[in-house]
Amino acid sequence: MSLKIPSGSFPLFNWEASVQSSLMRRFTVVDLYLWAFRIVVLAVVVWGTIGTIMARRYPGEVWIDFVVYGLSQGSIYALIALGYTMVYGILRMINFAHGEVFMSGAYTGYFVAAAFGRSGYLDRNPVVSLLVVLAVAMITSTAIALLLERVAYRPLRGSPRLVPLIAAIGASFFLQYAFRGFFGSGFQAYPETQVLKGTWAIAGINILRTQAVVIVAAVLMMLGLYAFVMRTKTGTAMRAVSEDREAAALMGIDVDRAIVIAFAVGASMAGAAGFLYALVFKQVHFFMGFIPGIKAFTAAVLGGIGNIPGAMLGGLFLGLFESVGPILFLDGLGIVAPYQLKDVIAFTMLVMVLIFRPSGIMGERLVVKKA
Amino acid sequence: MSRYRRPWIVAVQKGLLWGGVAVFLALVGMVETFAGRQLIVGVFSLGLALPVLTAVVAGYQGAAGQAGGAHGAPLVRGALAGAAVGAVVSALVVLGGLVNMRSMFVSASPAMFAALSFGRGTSGIPLVLLGAAAVGAVGAAASFLSAGVRRPLVTALSWTLGVGLFQELLQILLHAEGARSAVRELLFIEDGLSIRGATIVFALSWGSSTVWARRGGAVRQWHGRLSAPQQRVLRLGSLGGAVALLLLVPLAAGPFISQVLVLVGLFALLGLGLNIVVGFAGLLDLGYVAFFAIGAYTVGLLTSVGEYGIVGLSFWAAVPVAVAVSLVAGVLLGVPVLGIRGDYLAIATLGFGEIIRILVLSDFLRPWLGGSQGVLGIPKPMIGGFEFRGPEQLFYLTLASCALVIFVAMRLRDSRLGRAWMAVREDEDVAEAMGINLVNVKLMAFAMGAAFGGLSGAIFAVMLGSVFPHSFQLLISINVLSLIIVGGMGSMPGVIVGSLFLVGLPELLREFAEYRFLIYGAALVLMMQLRPEGLWPAEAVKRELHASEEAGAASGLRGGV
Repeated sequence: MSLKIPSGSFPLFNWEASVQSSLMRRFTVVDLYLWAFRIVVLAVVVWGTIGTIMARRYPGEVWIDFVVYGLSQGSIYALIALGYTMVYGILRMINFAHGEVFMSGAYTGYFVAAAFGRSGYLDRNPVVSLLVVLAVAMITSTAIALLLERVAYRPLRGSPRLVPLIAAIGASFFLQYAFRGFFGSGFQAYPETQVLKGTWAIAGINILRTQAVVIVAAVLMMLGLYAFVMRTKTGTAMRAVSEDREAAALMGIDVDRAIVIAFAVGASMAGAAGFLYALVFKQVHFFMGFIPGIKAFTAAVLGGIGNIPGAMLGGLFLGLFESVGPILFLDGLGIVAPYQLKDVIAFTMLVMVLIFRPSGIMGERLVVKKA
Repeated sequence: MSRYRRPWIVAVQKGLLWGGVAVFLALVGMVETFAGRQLIVGVFSLGLALPVLTAVVAGYQGAAGQAGGAHGAPLVRGALAGAAVGAVVSALVVLGGLVNMRSMFVSASPAMFAALSFGRGTSGIPLVLLGAAAVGAVGAAASFLSAGVRRPLVTALSWTLGVGLFQELLQILLHAEGARSAVRELLFIEDGLSIRGATIVFALSWGSSTVWARRGGAVRQWHGRLSAPQQRVLRLGSLGGAVALLLLVPLAAGPFISQVLVLVGLFALLGLGLNIVVGFAGLLDLGYVAFFAIGAYTVGLLTSVGEYGIVGLSFWAAVPVAVAVSLVAGVLLGVPVLGIRGDYLAIATLGFGEIIRILVLSDFLRPWLGGSQGVLGIPKPMIGGFEFRGPEQLFYLTLASCALVIFVAMRLRDSRLGRAWMAVREDEDVAEAMGINLVNVKLMAFAMGAAFGGLSGAIFAVMLGSVFPHSFQLLISINVLSLIIVGGMGSMPGVIVGSLFLVGLPELLREFAEYRFLIYGAALVLMMQLRPEGLWPAEAVKRELHASEEAGAASGLRGGV
């Protein structure tokens, strides 16, 4: 930096003095700090992994369980992450309330599932009833997201960038507490489906049936979405809008429609994710969308925000990390109850990706661009 | 504008829309919860005020649009809109009679339906429709009355409802012998404003408002004619008066109101700190609660006489340490995120905040921080023989800290550093090109904000006498962010106004506390759309946020708000 810094600036930190030596001209204290940060995290990971492996406290099957659990968790994150990534790709805006869109699908699905469970239909005809629950969850999520877009976000297009983000934060809390007011603050237990109890042996590995269903369903849906975005005319229009909104409009693409469809498709994926989440965890709560929402955002950033295959990959990756990480990295360090810290691993990943590689695994560098 | 629609269709549409809002308010539980608070005893409750308000707004909006002509047509349209609200509400009542909604909606109780139908169930529907139409017509009337008539009426109504709303507070204040007691007996019965009291308040405020509308200009002229030094004296005098009043509050108001004011003060402190980061420097920090926690835990660990106390310092020795630790933490957490901008920064700071909370809560750090049980046994601060025992005494501590922080923040804002912050807020690249050292400037913002947050946390720790990780959830950050936004980003009076509204109000009216975050969420969304500069905006922010609008209005793309 050759610009002269005004002499009367703040003498608390004197970077310039430390930067003058010719060898380290671009290497500032900030860089030093960031390198230290990287090295500490890396050291914890390596040391912890070695410690855990040396201790041999966990046999191979346990690790396979962790991996399968991570994959099922990760495919749920991936489904939610698609919504973040599509909206960000088009509007350059973090739909902070997307976690609540996910929650709303799971929550309304619960009422249908509970009604089926009471009447016994759920066990008599599990496939049909689960599909109905899935449809209800997807439709509710989509409706909520469209309402959100129309009421909260559309009037704010073209405002300074923090304005829609703050509105989205507001919308997120509004939705959470509206659900709390409607349906109460307690946990609601999803009914069990008899067919999905127990395990299936697939390729010699015993996999919990719910997890197998979740992984398969999520993969199918993601393939469908990918085909929709890449093969259909609407999908092409959406991609065009996310490339360059003005040029797309000049080419005769209805930008509003593309934005609405991005919200709708992302939300229906979130609704499906809500249903799958409820299958695995068997309960719903008004606050359940918040943490998965943030984590799915992490997944989207990890994969490169705006990039659809990236979101899927990021989700799976984050799920794996989160389920294997606490034991693999932390148990070896002798940390008590490492599983309590699984969110710390997820959030550390979030922060690290944002700091060191905001473009993610597959994305181009969007962050510096100003909308 | 774009398409012509028949006015009466618009009126019905508005009515249906606001009817939906009324149903939402009922199902979310607000109508029932608020029905317990009598605004005028036996006549009007806060629960009833909600649907009535929706009908008024529907009537007002339904009547607006077509100016000119006779007043009959808008009145009819307003009544129509009001009746539409009534119809939607009635539909809910009918539905509630047919199916058991309570298995789904916890608030769909008989009490709620009774509150909506004047206690008559489905047979009350004609009454609901008529009442809603009448209220809608009143709303319509408000749209064409001249300002000279309308303003005093609205003022008088708000005063009456305000006195009814805060009757508990006023009764505490008037709880004394002599003249004050006489006023109390004149206006209030048992637990609310009496009909006589309501009439008196309405008449008084209407009268004085009318007089002010006539004569207010003369007073303003008189003030304008004063010389500058005289105006200055007047301003200082009123400021001194306000300070003196504030100092007397705990003596007159007792522990409950003092406690509320201490909380308002703590959140104002947090708000002033976050205001530096968000309002001045434009860095949206969602992990701000971390510094509040760091301040609280530092004081807790340094002063506690319980299990986890380390040295048993006095509060006065621990506070500077807590502020310093928070400041350093602000720098340490600030350095990694220096390169992150805008919305990514918000998420990264949120991540940091959560990491700290989870670590504090975990069993891993339990031997040092006490895990979920927290740090107990924090002694109250003492000066000489004076112990800051309860809220009445802590009030002065909070007030003094607020005064100090306001002073520091004001000096910072007007300093070279403050101007650099604003430049960074407006445009980072341009600021850098103008020779502003982004690293220093951003870190100073994080550090100062963190220091104020730490101070607030320190007082919070002694107020509770203990620190728990559960006190430091993300919701605190959202709370503080909301009060800054509502008050006005970058505006210090705005922070005070925001914390009075968003912290003081829910504490005084416990019914609101239940719906606190619902209201915050709605407030954030609405503020962003209607008044992004906040209730008491800072000049620069107001200009910035309306610049694009003016440009848009000029080119005919978008009308003003």
